[in-house]
Amino acid sequence: MSRYDAIVIGAGHNGLTNAAYLAKAGLNVVVVEKNEYIGGAAVTRELHEGWHYSNCSYVCSMMRQALHRDLDLGRHGLILVPYLGTVNFGNGNDRLIAYHDADAWSNELKRHSTHDADAMHRLEADLTRYSQLIRKTLLRTPPEPTSMRPRDIREFLYLAQQFWKLGEREIYEYIRFFTMSAADFLDDYFENDLVKAAMASPGIIGTALGVYSPGSAYILLHHVMGDVDGSIGAWGLARGGMGAISKALASACQEYGGEIRTNAGVQKIVVNGGKTTGVVLENGDELSARIVVSNLDARRTFTNIMEKDDLPDGIYEKAKNFKIRGSSGKVNIALSGIPTFTHLPENRYINRGGQTFSGSMETMERAYDCWKHGRWSGDPFIESVIPSAWDPTVAPPGKHWMSNFIQYCPPELADGPWTPEKRDAFGQTVVDKIERYSPGFKDLIVHMEVRTPHDIENEIGLTEGNIFQGELTIDQLFFNRPFPGYGQYRMPVKNLYMCGSSTHPGGGVSSACGANAAREILIDLKRPNTVPEDDFYDE
Amino acid sequence: MSDLSQTDPFSGERPKLSPFHPRLEVLNVRDTWSVWNGYKFADCYYDAEYEYFCIRNTCGTYDICPMQKYEISGPDAEAMVNRMVTRDVRKLGRNRVAYTVWCTDEGRIIDDGTVFKLASDRFMVVCGSSCVAWLRKASYGFSNVTVKDVSDELAALSLQGPTSCAVLKKMGLQGIENAKPFNIQHFPYHGDTLMVSRTGFTGELGYELWVKRDLALTMWDDVYAAGEDYGIQPYGETATDMARLEAGFIMPYVDFTEALKTVHFEHDQTPYELNLGWLVDLDKPHFSGKQALMEEKKNGPKWRLLRLEIDGNWPAYESNVYDSESCNQDIGYVTSAMWSPAVKSNIALAMVRSEFLDGEIWAEIYKSKDLRPYRRMSKCTIRKKPFWTAARARSTPPADF
Repeated sequence: MSRYDAIVIGAGHNGLTNAAYLAKAGLNVVVVEKNEYIGGAAVTRELHEGWHYSNCSYVCSMMRQALHRDLDLGRHGLILVPYLGTVNFGNGNDRLIAYHDADAWSNELKRHSTHDADAMHRLEADLTRYSQLIRKTLLRTPPEPTSMRPRDIREFLYLAQQFWKLGEREIYEYIRFFTMSAADFLDDYFENDLVKAAMASPGIIGTALGVYSPGSAYILLHHVMGDVDGSIGAWGLARGGMGAISKALASACQEYGGEIRTNAGVQKIVVNGGKTTGVVLENGDELSARIVVSNLDARRTFTNIMEKDDLPDGIYEKAKNFKIRGSSGKVNIALSGIPTFTHLPENRYINRGGQTFSGSMETMERAYDCWKHGRWSGDPFIESVIPSAWDPTVAPPGKHWMSNFIQYCPPELADGPWTPEKRDAFGQTVVDKIERYSPGFKDLIVHMEVRTPHDIENEIGLTEGNIFQGELTIDQLFFNRPFPGYGQYRMPVKNLYMCGSSTHPGGGVSSACGANAAREILIDLKRPNTVPEDDFYDE
Repeated sequence: MSDLSQTDPFSGERPKLSPFHPRLEVLNVRDTWSVWNGYKFADCYYDAEYEYFCIRNTCGTYDICPMQKYEISGPDAEAMVNRMVTRDVRKLGRNRVAYTVWCTDEGRIIDDGTVFKLASDRFMVVCGSSCVAWLRKASYGFSNVTVKDVSDELAALSLQGPTSCAVLKKMGLQGIENAKPFNIQHFPYHGDTLMVSRTGFTGELGYELWVKRDLALTMWDDVYAAGEDYGIQPYGETATDMARLEAGFIMPYVDFTEALKTVHFEHDQTPYELNLGWLVDLDKPHFSGKQALMEEKKNGPKWRLLRLEIDGNWPAYESNVYDSESCNQDIGYVTSAMWSPAVKSNIALAMVRSEFLDGEIWAEIYKSKDLRPYRRMSKCTIRKKPFWTAARARSTPPADF
């Protein structure tokens, strides 16, 4: 039986980050991964020769720069390239082009509404202010609200101070913001429906909420609070696909002496006398360790690989009721050429940026209605990007691949289980919608990978295919994530920790969950901290 | 008088246009122009950060027509160049390029540039500033040497980035992948010659393309047709400045001043001060500045250009640097600073007095938030190596991306 200081379950980006920091602190660490490849949902795979898909996550803005720098991920081969602009496709011929240049963007908004062009400045200032506050919490462990420990009190005082600096009015605004819908929030700013639809779309991505559902305003913020090199709200592509992030993290982890084992799924977390002592792998091998860190989501950790009897009362139920609803699908398409879209100028920059097929606010809400009824949306919301237009490493020269993220797609269908036929029909719905805006698109298709929430769960282990490892609603955020009382990465069984997106600060390829968990573990093991706490907060 | 001067009363004042201008004009979507050596020159074309990432991710072109180019030929050419520059050009092989500096008798840098050895009796010197008067001085005593300013006869385009070799291969330049760094290759081109050197100013895999001015647009079109599927994009001064700083290269009038244009005593620099001691060959026969440089090597330079990594994320633009957080002693100044997107770090070059190299270094940085300036003292760490390097910049043959 192999003996380690720490076993990290799951070689997703947070697991690798966690292991890298534990190894950096001198611990003997192993990461065990059920798949033959690492990366979890930050992965690049060649499913058709010459084409390298970012199969799951596809863009990046949350990656904490302090971690990127501290782990020297650049030297380990990671480069994040911002992409320019997004075209928002309305129903019919209406297009709203989010130009990268501020003045061009403003002129484009004026074409739709001069009022909204002005209001956009106010929205951008407000979102930047909101983001700056939230960002200060990302690389910090949430304080326990009921704790009297000096550290928790200090953390609360710090947060209170940050809040206080914003002024009284903002405190009300924040509380509103966390509970309201994206639609209500944006009604305060805009009159034009396509402008609203374009700005609302980050409010639904990855969540089983609609634009009119309370709570979707925060999801919107969660998607714009990231940045690429300081420009808040910008999104980037990892050169080599999202797997390049995992590769760089793995390389850093291994350089510090960490070990990574693939094809090593965990069957069970071993608990003896109320303490975690190791894991049993699916192949029967037993690994023992001082601590075990689960990078799996909360539901999977406590209901799949732990015995109910090993858990304190109520935890199993909490995990079962943990809100982790699948709502999105992913269709990756290899293309023989770059698609062209109707009613767009032949502008080489915007034609190669992102595409958002939002339609209108109503289109998005109707799409959500389908999900509620256990069907995939017939006229879905699609967020696309063509990474090969930016990254020379992911498709042969002159060839392309298009990443399409689709809302909504339920993990379980009302009319019975998912079948390959139903999956193909879902993929066809997506292709048909794109074809409406890009005649001839179908003729360009060389290969297609269609992933429903059901497939995502089966392949990478995200329960219900929820991309955030649990909904980002206020009942499951900050010190409530994953459950009240367990917001500091320590789990109900001694020596067991969690480091995935089910913990604060939640979903997104940020590495923050993994890094924060490592910091707490090192405190418990009385090791010097190796994790940066300053994330360039003072903006 | 030309027709233009009759219709345009300001023609004498307007910047000259690069031979590539008809293409640059269309691609400069943001209309951001400045002037370099009298030529209209782009700061950026679409977005400076995007252009910087093209250099690191795909490939980009940079108009180097405003660079000064001098052909030095004749039986005394080698001896003349060798007396002028600090490196020993006798060691330079044919069709090789060397980066070097040239100095005054006091050992202060006049300019830096590249020397191309095209034949045993024919060289090309390329530099940022006009150098005619100094070249004339440098040829005193040599009867068999001709110096010719070919700046306006040649068009030159820098092609830099991971896909640059693939683009040139696609363009039909057979064997270009065998060119080692600082090699020169010649290709027959539309009845003339296209010269390609594996050189650049970005720390990346990259090439510089040289043709007769008349062929400028033909070459541009060929390069862009080949580059279409390789992410080609023109880049301007801002992106160049970002890439060169990450690679640790120095920029004239930013990191050093030219000795002949320097007003104040010793406000210019020596090669040792700029960490360019490796360019100085004290074993070769007499060259301009040798005596002073021998002296300086013995005593050590008074200042040193340092590569600094600075805490936090406020770029240390024009910062003074001190020996302590409390600014006890002013020990130098930052010459270049930026947030490095590749390294995710706050980097800078700074001139620091040699006697303070072993102590702490703190930069005084100002940053405005909504127009209100904030001040911060940030700790600096000396980095010995360039902030960023790419293995592909040195490998032969390079990969396609």
